[in-house]
Amino acid sequence: MGPERKGLEFGVGLFIIIGLLCLAYLSYSLGNIGFGNDNYTLKAVFSTVSGLKNRSQVMMAGVSIGEVKKIRLKNDRAEIVMSIKKNVRLEDDSIASIKTMGIIGDKYVSITPGASDTYLKNGGVIMETQPPIDIESLISKFVFGSVDKGKDQK
Amino acid sequence: MVNPVRALGAYALRQVCSAGRLGMFFIYTLRGLIRPPGKFWHTLKQIQFIGTKSIALVGFTAAFTGMVLALQGYHTLTKFGAEGWLGSAVGLSLVRELGPVLCALMVTGRAGSAMAAEIGIMRIEEQIDALECMAIDPYSYLATPRMIASIISLPLLTSFGDVVGILGGYLVGVGLLRVNSGAFWSGLTSSVDFGDISMGLIKSLCFSVLIAWICVYKGYYAGVDEGAYGPEQVGRATTSAVVVAAIAVLISDYVITSILL
Amino acid sequence: MSSENRIEIRGLNSFYNSRQVLFDISFSIPASRVTVIMGVSGCGKTTLFRHLTGLKSTGPGQIAVDGKDLGSFSETALSDYRRRIGVLFQSGALFNSLTLSENIAMPLHVHTDLAEETIRIMTLMKLNMVGLAEFGDYTPSQISGGMKKRAGLARALIMDPEMLFVDEPSSGLDPITAAGLDRLILNLRESRGMTIVVVTHELESAFKIADSIVVMDAGSVLAAGTPEEIRNSAGARVHQFLNREADPYRMHMEAYYERLLGDQWRSQ
Repeated sequence: MGPERKGLEFGVGLFIIIGLLCLAYLSYSLGNIGFGNDNYTLKAVFSTVSGLKNRSQVMMAGVSIGEVKKIRLKNDRAEIVMSIKKNVRLEDDSIASIKTMGIIGDKYVSITPGASDTYLKNGGVIMETQPPIDIESLISKFVFGSVDKGKDQK
Repeated sequence: MVNPVRALGAYALRQVCSAGRLGMFFIYTLRGLIRPPGKFWHTLKQIQFIGTKSIALVGFTAAFTGMVLALQGYHTLTKFGAEGWLGSAVGLSLVRELGPVLCALMVTGRAGSAMAAEIGIMRIEEQIDALECMAIDPYSYLATPRMIASIISLPLLTSFGDVVGILGGYLVGVGLLRVNSGAFWSGLTSSVDFGDISMGLIKSLCFSVLIAWICVYKGYYAGVDEGAYGPEQVGRATTSAVVVAAIAVLISDYVITSILL
Repeated sequence: MSSENRIEIRGLNSFYNSRQVLFDISFSIPASRVTVIMGVSGCGKTTLFRHLTGLKSTGPGQIAVDGKDLGSFSETALSDYRRRIGVLFQSGALFNSLTLSENIAMPLHVHTDLAEETIRIMTLMKLNMVGLAEFGDYTPSQISGGMKKRAGLARALIMDPEMLFVDEPSSGLDPITAAGLDRLILNLRESRGMTIVVVTHELESAFKIADSIVVMDAGSVLAAGTPEEIRNSAGARVHQFLNREADPYRMHMEAYYERLLGDQWRSQ
């Protein structure tokens, strides 16, 4: 029973370790479950955030630095709460703008770094914001504009 | 006129009885947790059988599923110029749906059928009667360790399958179809969140209970309804264990998805 | 021990689904004696055996063990009863995944807190008793049918039961092995005063070991008594059984013709 039992215990142990490693990888790397909180939150206020969703990405220079945690209405304007990675420090004159990935892609928050010497702390607010470019109105402007132009040329 | 009515009534009664028996079987299995005999060694053996020995099969299935998902997804997404979403498509379909379901079906086919056959043979060879006559609770001895082992093994197997499947998808998508590696990973990490992973885990937990419950039950009652105990009854019990467990997995998958989404 | 009765069976009836297989069975099993239940295949011996070991719940009628009704036993009482009995099934019913030693030691592992070494010694003693001392590490698939049966007997005896129930000890065995089992059964009665119930259709072995015999036919008791009484019994069916006379195959001509020709033959 000795060697047989050892082999069995080893096999089961190995299986459990492999399984748990895979599970840990899935939840840590994909599920964004941090062991200990390594993020801080920032707020920003926009006139409109149409198309932005919870868990939309926050990017700087095209690199993901966090995600949108919450979107809510505040004084008829939209306030978003973002969770930013701890090792990314943002100046207090950084600019937040809402942009689109590709033509049908998701909306994301793009941060352009500022030049100030002071950095935003946990719970800080980004003052400079730009609302998203409303593609629908741009397209309709373009379409109707050209129709009008055609009429004029006649 | 009376005979068809009687036949219907008898049929309904039989169904109600077997449903009750199935329910009691589950309760007895749970009761086995607090009853002798000790289960550590038996449970270990069953984890070895259900988990360790299924790893190759599950890995193989998951790898090819991930690869074919990448292939299919690429050809669809590329029509919209959205092949950057390949990682997200592969990851989401594996973690939420295909990982748990395929893993459960594979375990049913490999371990569930063997459980039903093994216990069915114990039934026809009077081994279960012998257990009872030795005052050993057969549910606690046979069903409970298999249930525990299944509950431990299946979520781990599913996690393993998810990871291998994603790697398979990555290999085909990035290695073969030349999708940008960064786009694949960022699509994957940004779209798969913990909700998806926990959904997959909840599914595999439910499946593990269903598989152990149904397969052990089918083996345990092999031939009892017919009052005949032979190899034919074991064969029938094994087939019906696999079929019923697979159907239960698919139906419960739909139900769980509709509740959790 | 005296000649008091350990088990009294009174008016026992038994059903499989709606088919009645035992009709109003009554007899008693004396303490420290070998009682043989005998009859042709399909006469209900095995069903009665299942009733006696508590595997099948009683219908109308009762089985009284030491004066208490087996049918009314609570789960714990039934469990206590089963710890005091040993049962040997027809095929031995050994667990295929365990070695012979593990099979035999199993009740000790579950029901006692004995040290591993004590269990090993007790197991070896029982194995030696049935002549399988060298085969402890074999699995049931590696040994012959007769050895399985002997190992099953060793397992049935490991808890030193007060009563032993044996189903068909000599079916499918060669005469030498069967005789060995018979001798073991007699030894158990002599040395330990065990109450033993044997179900069999082997005439020779039945008369060799029995203190009392119950002859069953078609689900009811045909005759009961000492071997002498049974031998001198007046019943024709008992004589037929004892003298190994074949049943005449009765020909049901009408039913036969109907099967053969359908309804036509009536009109002819």
